[in-house]
Amino acid sequence: MKALRAATPTLLSLAAALAFGIVLLLLAGAPPFEALWLLVEGSFGSASKISATLLAWSPLLLASAGLVITFSAGLWNIGVEGQVIVGAIAATWVARSLPGPAWVILLATIVAGAIGGLVWALIAGVLKTYGGVHEIFGGLGLDFVAAGLAVYLVLGPWKRTGVASTSGTDIFREEAWMPELEAFGTGWPVVSVALGLASVLIVWLLLRGTRFGLRLKAVGRNPQSSFLLGIPTNTYMLGAFAIGGALAGIAGTVQATGFHHKLVPAISGGYGFLGILVVLLASFSAAWIAPIALFFVAISVGSTQLDLRLGLDSAFGGVLQGITVLFVMIGGAWSASRGFGSQAAREEH
Amino acid sequence: MEATLNSIIAAAAPLVIATMGETITEKSGVVNLSLEGSLRLSAMTGFVVAFWVGHALVGFGAAAVVGAAIAAIIASTSIRLKLNQIAVGFVLTLLAADLASFLGDSFVGERGPRVPALPIPFLSDIPFVGKVFFDHDLVVYGSFLAIGVTWWVFYRTRAGLNLQGVGERPEGAFARGIKVNTLRFWYTVLGGAMVGVAGAAYSLDVKLGWRETLTLNLGWIALAIVIFGGWHPLRVAFGAYLFGALQVLAFQLQDVFPGLAQVLPIAPFPLMILALVFVYSSGFRRIGDQFPRLRSLLGGAAPAAMGTVFERE
Repeated sequence: MKALRAATPTLLSLAAALAFGIVLLLLAGAPPFEALWLLVEGSFGSASKISATLLAWSPLLLASAGLVITFSAGLWNIGVEGQVIVGAIAATWVARSLPGPAWVILLATIVAGAIGGLVWALIAGVLKTYGGVHEIFGGLGLDFVAAGLAVYLVLGPWKRTGVASTSGTDIFREEAWMPELEAFGTGWPVVSVALGLASVLIVWLLLRGTRFGLRLKAVGRNPQSSFLLGIPTNTYMLGAFAIGGALAGIAGTVQATGFHHKLVPAISGGYGFLGILVVLLASFSAAWIAPIALFFVAISVGSTQLDLRLGLDSAFGGVLQGITVLFVMIGGAWSASRGFGSQAAREEH
Repeated sequence: MEATLNSIIAAAAPLVIATMGETITEKSGVVNLSLEGSLRLSAMTGFVVAFWVGHALVGFGAAAVVGAAIAAIIASTSIRLKLNQIAVGFVLTLLAADLASFLGDSFVGERGPRVPALPIPFLSDIPFVGKVFFDHDLVVYGSFLAIGVTWWVFYRTRAGLNLQGVGERPEGAFARGIKVNTLRFWYTVLGGAMVGVAGAAYSLDVKLGWRETLTLNLGWIALAIVIFGGWHPLRVAFGAYLFGALQVLAFQLQDVFPGLAQVLPIAPFPLMILALVFVYSSGFRRIGDQFPRLRSLLGGAAPAAMGTVFERE
């Protein structure tokens, strides 16, 4: 009963977000319930659709898990998009140039992605800790640079055979594809999902049960007092950037070797920014990441059907995700300001 | 040369209006992070309304309402609900951008009314200066006006003094009887409305028509320029023109380096941010300490209470 009362504001906010979506569909002249059903059917309606949803779930899990770490350190890692892109670029470089059997390339692309994202995040971290540049703007600048780099590589040095095209590089040879398991007439992205779930588990354990995690949270809550208490705040912030960036970089590997099987200009799929929404909705807790991320990618994957079947712009998925986060945030804060419902939830923390 | 300067000033006009709006907002102590989404949604709304009505001016009005409404959400959730301005702003960024794509989808490729050219009589006949500054349309003259009025109000009026007090030391302002949160709310809404006008300028003046990528990344750049300009209207305007110059330059270099045609248009974005990083790096600050005049020309501190919630005890 207590749990239900605590959840009331959230449930009401979700209902309001759904109502907003229905009104919007009516405005666009679309049959709302058919459209919403298409979201479900488009993401879970068949074995291959479930597989596609799971494949999209993995990079979002990785990016979100990394963001939980940076948020815990009190950092707005807007550079996450760039970290995903650079991870994908590094993985692409390995996939294109490293000879050898599939398992060697798999390990090497994962490590390369992690290093790429880590380095990119550390640049923002050093600018923040030693340069006094706010991480939002350092990160944004690095996002722009990474996006430019991807376009340059796709059209220049790594252009596909024949005429260079923004549709991407040549497809990687099959040894470099992230392995899938054949079952029920389709391939299942077991490796990428395992990477995604492992990242969430590691981050959850790290923040819950380790000295590093506790001190990191202390740095995030109050850097000045943490510093006075002898915690090397800069080192902890850089550590958070490193872990967050490495996980985002692996998300880039999954996008390149698991999904596209090539490098494309929009390789990040927007999962970096979407990860920020996921973490905001999870109110910065690792435990809720997995279900919320699944809910969000289901909307994203399903909304491509709206385009195909009803001629609606697939941005509807993004609208639904954004309005959900906004309403849940407002609902939670509103009920907290009234001392209603979420009181119980807050006491649990 | 004249033509180049003329096109830089015209290209930068919406950015000038948007950055003046954000400067006002941040000066009052509120961060409206949603610019990337606000610009896109107001550009779409402005175009669609102007397209329906057949009048550009009505489009600008509608766009201003959109920008103001988004700003009002940020201000009120911060003031009343103590929500983090950055978090709400970020969510609204993505939400408004997707909303623009969804609602504007069927209007891509349509052509709407345009803002008529309006060379100022006599002034536009002055050699060089006339061509550069007075051979434009109302949007560009509006951008000049925005710079001048913002500067004048900030540094020459009582209202400006109160505005800065609210952003720097809200406790002190409150003690002097100023309604801190009321002022913050309305200055944020005003700043948002200006961002909305800037959005409409992109779809009704700079380009005629709306598409998803019309204002791509310009909102983020506007936020960066406000920091680059140290929250000072004239320096912020300088930053906006610098970016305009980079854009025009990149456009012209496309003919010189056809191989880089795809990369050049995005080059001004990282360049602008790198300039910001340079100006704010501690190394540069040390140089600034030795040459105070140079520093006052380029640097500037953030309003002390920016992004915080004011609660009276």
